[in-house]
Amino acid sequence: MLEITHLTKRYGRNEAVLQGLDLHVEGNSVVAIVGASGAGKSTLLRCINRLVEPSSGSIKLNGHELVKLKGGDLRRARRKIGMVFQGFNLLDRLTVMENVLAGRLGYLSLYQAVMRRYPQADIERAFTLMERVGIAQYANKRADELSGGERQRVGVVRALMQEPDVLLADEPTASLDPRTSEQIMVLLQSLASELSLPVLINIHNVTQAKAYTERIVGLRHGKMIFDGVPDDFNQDALDAIYGGIESPDDSSSDDEAEQGASP
Amino acid sequence: MVDHAQKLADRVWQRHSRKQRLARYGVFFVTLLVVVWAVRDIDIFWPWVWDAPTQIANLGGRMWPPSAAGLGAIINALIETVHIATLATFLTIFIALPVAYIAAQNTTPNRACLWLGRFILVSSRSVNTIIWALLFVAIFGPGVLAGILAIAFRSIGFIGKLMGEAIEEIDRRPVEAMQATGASKAKVIAYAIVPQVMPAFFAIVILRWDINIRESTVLGLVGAGGIGVILQSAIDTFAWPTVATILLAIIVLVLIGEAITSLLRRRVM
Amino acid sequence: MTPQRYWKKPPFIHNPWLRYGLWAGVTLYLLMALWTLPFDWARIAEGLPRAARIFSGGFPPSFERLDLLTQGFKESFQIAILATLLGVALSIPCAVMAARNISPLPVYLFGRAVIIVSRSFHPVIVAILFVAAVGFGPLAGIITLMLYSIGFVGKLLAEEIEEIDWGQVEAVRAAGGGFMAMLCYAVFPQILPRQVGLSMYQLDSNLRASAVVGIVGAGGIGSTLMNAFGRYDYAFACAILLIIIAVILVSEGISGWVRKKIW
Repeated sequence: MLEITHLTKRYGRNEAVLQGLDLHVEGNSVVAIVGASGAGKSTLLRCINRLVEPSSGSIKLNGHELVKLKGGDLRRARRKIGMVFQGFNLLDRLTVMENVLAGRLGYLSLYQAVMRRYPQADIERAFTLMERVGIAQYANKRADELSGGERQRVGVVRALMQEPDVLLADEPTASLDPRTSEQIMVLLQSLASELSLPVLINIHNVTQAKAYTERIVGLRHGKMIFDGVPDDFNQDALDAIYGGIESPDDSSSDDEAEQGASP
Repeated sequence: MVDHAQKLADRVWQRHSRKQRLARYGVFFVTLLVVVWAVRDIDIFWPWVWDAPTQIANLGGRMWPPSAAGLGAIINALIETVHIATLATFLTIFIALPVAYIAAQNTTPNRACLWLGRFILVSSRSVNTIIWALLFVAIFGPGVLAGILAIAFRSIGFIGKLMGEAIEEIDRRPVEAMQATGASKAKVIAYAIVPQVMPAFFAIVILRWDINIRESTVLGLVGAGGIGVILQSAIDTFAWPTVATILLAIIVLVLIGEAITSLLRRRVM
Repeated sequence: MTPQRYWKKPPFIHNPWLRYGLWAGVTLYLLMALWTLPFDWARIAEGLPRAARIFSGGFPPSFERLDLLTQGFKESFQIAILATLLGVALSIPCAVMAARNISPLPVYLFGRAVIIVSRSFHPVIVAILFVAAVGFGPLAGIITLMLYSIGFVGKLLAEEIEEIDWGQVEAVRAAGGGFMAMLCYAVFPQILPRQVGLSMYQLDSNLRASAVVGIVGAGGIGSTLMNAFGRYDYAFACAILLIIIAVILVSEGISGWVRKKIW
């Protein structure tokens, strides 16, 4: 259960990227967040695991407040939040297995992490999940030898290795070809129900959003202007989200979201 | 007719525009001035200059043929030279990596560390090996320790600077991904930064080792061990044929070092 | 159904003999090197009190003998300027000789040999030989750094010539140009930017080197420094060192700025 109330984020003195956003996600629902570039989608996800610091507001995961956490508490909270990235963000020069087990870094001791002495249970879980998404045969390959779709599967498995309470996916299909991106969407959808996990997906592609999710949230200029089931997401809603003149600082805010991501 | 002349005047071709010409003359004139000043002011006894080719040929004649007499001692000194270079490179790694870490903008803990790191790198690079050697010979006495420390202190700046740049150029995205898993700072470094800078690290260390071999050959001239010690004593005793042998030995050493370096580099890449 | 599954990081070097052999070899080498090197431990033990004496003698640095200092630096500048000029001028014919694509084999081998010999020796070794040949003073320094410049600039220029666009050479030849015409119209214009950049770099690097060739008696500030050290005048030596560092930083800045302007 994820509760976001009055979430506001502004970079410097610019207009706020998120303007008092409220969002509740329950159970194992798959939520698509749609909006033009710069609408604040990426910032919203990054506020949840605090890769971006929210300016004000509250984010609660299963009743625990995330916004004020620091240091070790923040790291313990983050390991319950899995994240899948647009650019996969894999450790290119390490093996697929190390990439997958990197999802356990929040749980391992430094010695275990550096010497690669992973607990047997973690290795078993890694193999099970990798078999589930069909990449087990690549365990000893280097991550940069895989194709785009396979790389994103590694990214998904890495996030699931964290045994997360919620999964965030930031444009998980934007770097993939149409066929592979549909496979990834199917995968995210079925994993959500198998593991009974709420999933938040930022997505550009409205058709995919309607096909693979059960709830769509539309953002524009940092405000929520649509929240409902895919069947209600009609042409009017689409025009409201993407239509009209883009706000002048739209193009810049996405870059800032990425810069702000490094604490 | 006038029209025609005008056309011709328009068609006069010049290689440079007026401004370019002025700038070129300016640079040329200033250079000339500096050179004239340097030639007239420098403390050189000119007859010696005209005599120099004869003197150099004369010295070359005295060196020929190289003498094989002290070959055993020379080879021992060469091995000592290699040891100095290798041990110094090895020692440098342990000092240069932490310095690189605090001198890289994206990993430094705070601004004070950043400036401390940069200060260490700049002071290490600005003082030449042989000056470091002079200092360490004064402190620890003549011998290989002074040589090792001198080479190491000069290398810290080189390896540290290049490693710092390598750290600054890494892909930020894996770092972000590791932070998102709840990994601590040390784990983020071990998983997202170390693998990315590994190839650069090997390349830089190998390059520096090659340079250090060359530098180790001169340490002995100020008493800090290696082949330079016997070179200096051969020169002091006017044993020119031995000097020639030592010089040939140094060329061979440097060429071998270069061959090993290029072999290793191909292996690592 | 699911058997115990193991995973270990595949080793960097697959052959175990080679892997452990390499470790053993490196350890053995380090031990042997440390063992065979003649360390004079009794003398080294005196090091710390000596270091304390040197550093306390060095602070505060003494600028009393300013005339000696400026005299030394003036000479270093003069050595660097003259050596750069002569060295760069001579490096051009050397580079032409050492470029495989425009020189016949015997000439090429000769050019390469000149470059290899002048690159193999550290300038300090060359300096000590020329001091022996032509006596103490800046003349030995100029000849040394001239050779040093020929080696460095010559090598890089030769590589640059080997990579020129061959079409331009063919064009000049097709127009009936001789060897000199080919050099002036097809080769030099292509390497000119690099040549200017290298000359600036070499001026900077000769200035640095002129400070050290003086240590073996080849004139300049190095001789001043050596004298100060020899007379145990650590305060003056410290002052010289500080000024050397400052001059090197300034000259590095200027040469970097000029190279950026030209490129």
